[in-house]
Amino acid sequence: MSRSDVLVTADWAQEHLGDPGIVFVEVDEDTSAYDGGHLEGAVKLDWKTDLQDPLRRDFVGREAFEALLSSRGIGNDDTVVLYGGNNNWFAAYAYWYFKLYGHRDVKLIDGGRKKWELDGRPLSKDAVERPATTYRASEPDLSIRAFRDEVVSSIGNKNIIDVRSPDEFSGKILAPAHLPQEQAQKGGHVPTAMNIPWSKAANEDGTFKSDEELAKLYAEQGYDEAKPTIAYCRIGERSSHTWFVLRELLGKSDVKNYDGSWVEYGSLVGVPIEK
Amino acid sequence: MCGAPKQGGSLAGVDLSTQTVIQGSVWHDGAPVAGAYVRLLDATDEFTAEVVTSPEGEFRFFAAPGRWTLRTLAPVGRAERPIDAEVGLNETTLAID
Repeated sequence: MSRSDVLVTADWAQEHLGDPGIVFVEVDEDTSAYDGGHLEGAVKLDWKTDLQDPLRRDFVGREAFEALLSSRGIGNDDTVVLYGGNNNWFAAYAYWYFKLYGHRDVKLIDGGRKKWELDGRPLSKDAVERPATTYRASEPDLSIRAFRDEVVSSIGNKNIIDVRSPDEFSGKILAPAHLPQEQAQKGGHVPTAMNIPWSKAANEDGTFKSDEELAKLYAEQGYDEAKPTIAYCRIGERSSHTWFVLRELLGKSDVKNYDGSWVEYGSLVGVPIEK
Repeated sequence: MCGAPKQGGSLAGVDLSTQTVIQGSVWHDGAPVAGAYVRLLDATDEFTAEVVTSPEGEFRFFAAPGRWTLRTLAPVGRAERPIDAEVGLNETTLAID
């Protein structure tokens, strides 16, 4: 796996719009972004209504994922090219999610929707209809997903990376600052976690930094190559961005995303917290 | 829910006795700039949040009291300004030359 296998430039994307065998997928929480203009031919996935179980806090199950992708006209052999707003947070989350369910060929557009807009590239408001497919998903690959018990038992012996902003890490604020600061959980972080904000891995236009810059970033922050790694944020989408950097761009082994993240951990009774 | 809510609009339902709201609008050439990216940087200049301005050029953050920097990036250019925020409503304008 190398950078070119998992990341495409906006130029590449623009040249390949409409190619057979390639499906562009926009992933946002706010689907009004897609409705206001999207890449020509791209389908949309709603981070919450499509990818979260409507009742429990969890993914949709394998069968529901199969039905979702089938209805969007995505086939098992298609190359899925993801992009989205928020510096690709939710697109990276979807990338991780597609990998969890075993999709073979998934890529991100470097810079996502932000770079596309800043470049002044064309957007379309045309409705997109793709013929339905019969998608088959694999059993979830839990080697890339961490759960709370593993996080607690990893304190002091794995790389735990808190990718939230420094003020969230310290407990000064409880959510990213575009959201109201009223949350049920405690502020702080998992003991022994390193604070390496996701934003340090990205340029201002939303593109990823170079492999050399990224390798240097984690080495300088004390990343131990000999240990497995768990990344978390508040709800697991920014940590998907870092998971993508560590596992897909830098090729590190045994990297998990803890999508329960601080909303779960900071609400657990009796677990240790550092502030 | 880390996706940014729609920018601008009413502050109804926001408790300004506890929340530190930083809001304002982005202007260029005598008109508001829609679709500009605005990021909030903390006292160490580290990224804290980012939103996209509304059709009226508005942005809004929920922060904490202290020193912050607002930086905007748009196809028409960029602008930056510091702000000392207190609990309640803190308003400012970002003007792109």
